[in-house]
Amino acid sequence: MQREFVKAPFKSGVLKWIDDRLPVLSWAYNELVIYPAPRNLNYWWNLGSLAGFMLVVQIVTGVVLAMHYTPNAEMAFDSVERIMRDVNWGWLLRYLHANGASMFFFAVYIHMFRGLYYGSYKAPRELLWMIGVVILLLMMATAFMGYVLPWGQMSYWAAQVITNLFSAIPLVGDTIVTWLWGGFVVGNPTLQRFYALHYLLPFIIFAFVFLHILALHQTGSNNPLGIDLTAKDKIPFHPYYTVKDVFGLCLFLLLYGALVFYAPDALVVPINYEPANPLQTPLHIVPEWYFLPFYAMLRAINFDILWIIPAKLGGVLVMFSSILVLFFLPWLDTSKVRSATFRPLYKWFFWLFVANALMLGYLGAQPPEGWYLTLSQLGTAYYFLFFLVIMPVLGKIERPRPLPESLSEPVLGAAQPQPAK
Amino acid sequence: MAEAKTGAQAGERTTRRDFLELVAWTTLGVGAAATLWPFIDSLNPAADTLALATTEVDLEPIEVGQRVTVVWRGKPVFISHRTPEEIEQARATPLEELKDPEPDEARAQRPEWLVVIGICTHLGCVPAGNRAGEERGGWGGWFCPCHGSHYDTAGRIRQGPAPRNLDLPPYTFVSDTVVRIG
Repeated sequence: MQREFVKAPFKSGVLKWIDDRLPVLSWAYNELVIYPAPRNLNYWWNLGSLAGFMLVVQIVTGVVLAMHYTPNAEMAFDSVERIMRDVNWGWLLRYLHANGASMFFFAVYIHMFRGLYYGSYKAPRELLWMIGVVILLLMMATAFMGYVLPWGQMSYWAAQVITNLFSAIPLVGDTIVTWLWGGFVVGNPTLQRFYALHYLLPFIIFAFVFLHILALHQTGSNNPLGIDLTAKDKIPFHPYYTVKDVFGLCLFLLLYGALVFYAPDALVVPINYEPANPLQTPLHIVPEWYFLPFYAMLRAINFDILWIIPAKLGGVLVMFSSILVLFFLPWLDTSKVRSATFRPLYKWFFWLFVANALMLGYLGAQPPEGWYLTLSQLGTAYYFLFFLVIMPVLGKIERPRPLPESLSEPVLGAAQPQPAK
Repeated sequence: MAEAKTGAQAGERTTRRDFLELVAWTTLGVGAAATLWPFIDSLNPAADTLALATTEVDLEPIEVGQRVTVVWRGKPVFISHRTPEEIEQARATPLEELKDPEPDEARAQRPEWLVVIGICTHLGCVPAGNRAGEERGGWGGWFCPCHGSHYDTAGRIRQGPAPRNLDLPPYTFVSDTVVRIG
C-alpha cells in the first residue's frame, strides 16, 4: 500500500529552503502528521509509542549516568553508591534508569501480547514482527549487561549464571565462556566489555526501531478487527493519535512516577546492595522480573531429553527456543483471520497462554522443587504446544466468525444503506 | 490554530480551545524544564567533590625564601615564605607600573606569607618558579612558560599576555603556623 510522498506545507521560507535540499521535515510530516491510521485503534495500540518513549528515557538517563559511573571491578560498586549519595539528583537518574528498564519491558510485553491477540504478525506484516523480535533480543542483552554494571552480589552472579549458559554448548562451550569472560572467572575484563556493549546496544536498538516503524508504515497499522482497511476508514495520525498517545503517556508516567518516587527498590533484590563477592553465591538467586518466565523454562528441564541431550543443554536450548520460535510465528499460525475477535477457539488458547506466561513468571521466582517444578514443566510444555501445535492445527479446524467488509459496517450496522458501487 | 489569540481581532473570539491549548503548552514547557534540570544539575560538582573544598596547611616547616605548592579544589596553590627583600621589592613598586594595579598589602594578609592560586590568568598553565632553581621571570616571582607572562614577588602580572594578577584563594590563619584555604 504505497502512499504518495507529500511535501510539508511551510510558512517559513527557511524551513522550505532546508526541506528542498534535505527532506527530513517532509518525511516527518508524512510519517508523523498525515500518516493514515485506522480509525478504530484501541488503547492497546498505545504501547508501541510508550516503548519508544522508554527507549529515549533509557538512552538519556543512561548517557548522564555513564558520566558518573566507573566500569572497573574495584570501583564500580562505590561509584554507583556515589551516584546515589553524592551526585546531584543521582538517586533520581539511577532510579529512573533502573525502573525504566522495567517499564520498557512492561510496555513491550503488552505490545507483543496485543500483536499476538490481533494477529499483527500475519501477512503482510511478517518482517515487522520479526524486527520486533530482534528488538526484544537486543533489549534482553542490554538489560542483562546493565544489571551487571552495579557489581553487587546479584549483578555478579547473574553474569556468572548467564555466561555459563554457553558452557552447555558441546565441545566448544568452555572455550566460548572463557572468551566471554576474558579470564578464568567473571571479572574486570568482563565488566568492561559489558559496559561498552551496554552503551552500544541501545543505539542499535534505536536503528531497529527505525526499521520497525519503516516496515509498519509500509503496510499500515493492523487494527482491532484485523481486516484490510480502505482510505475511508483511516484518519490522520495527528492530531487524533498524537493526542491519544499523549494521554496514554500521562497515565503511563503516573505508574512510572509511582514506582520511581514511592517504591524505587520494589523490583530489585536487596542483596544487590552488597558488593560482588566471587567466593560466595547468595542462597537464593533470581533474575529481574522480566526474565522470570524464561528462567522458569530453563530450570524446568531437569531431565535428559531423548537420552542424548543432557539436561543442562536441554534447558538452555528450551530457553533460547522460547524466543526463537517467535521468528516463525507468522508461518506457524495457519489461520487467515488476524483478529482473535473473530476466532472463537483461538481466543481461549490465547488467554490461557497469557495466564501461563504469568504463572511461569511466578514460578521463576520460586525454588525449583516439588510442585513448583512440576508446574514449570507443564507451563513450558504449554508454551511450546501453543506455538508448535495449537497455532498450526487451529487454523485448519477452527471456523471463524464472519468478518465485516469494512469499518463502517459493524459501526453503522446492516441497516445503513450502502452507496452504489 | 497553533498560536493562542491574545486580542479580540475583528470577528475573532478567544475560544475555550485557545485557552486549553495555552494551558497545555505551558504545562508541557514547565514540566520539560523541571525534568531537564536534574540532568543538568547532576553535572555540577557532587557532594564529595565539594567536601574536599578546604585545605589546611602547616606552615612550620616552610623556611624563609622557600615556596611550596599545595592542592586546593584540585588546583595548585603557591605559598611563598617571602624574604625581607622580596617583601621590600613588592611594596616599593609604584602602582603606576602595574598592569593590574594592586598594592602588596591587599595581596598578603601577613607580609611574610603570600598565598596565590598557581594558575596563569592567561590560559590556565601553571607558572614556573615555585620550585628551587626554576626560572622566575624578570621580576623574581613566577614565569609562565606557555605564553611568557612574568609575575612579581606579589604574584602581580608585569609583562606578557596575562590580563590579571594571580588570583587569591580565600584563606585564614587558624594560628601563626596553620593556614586554612577555602
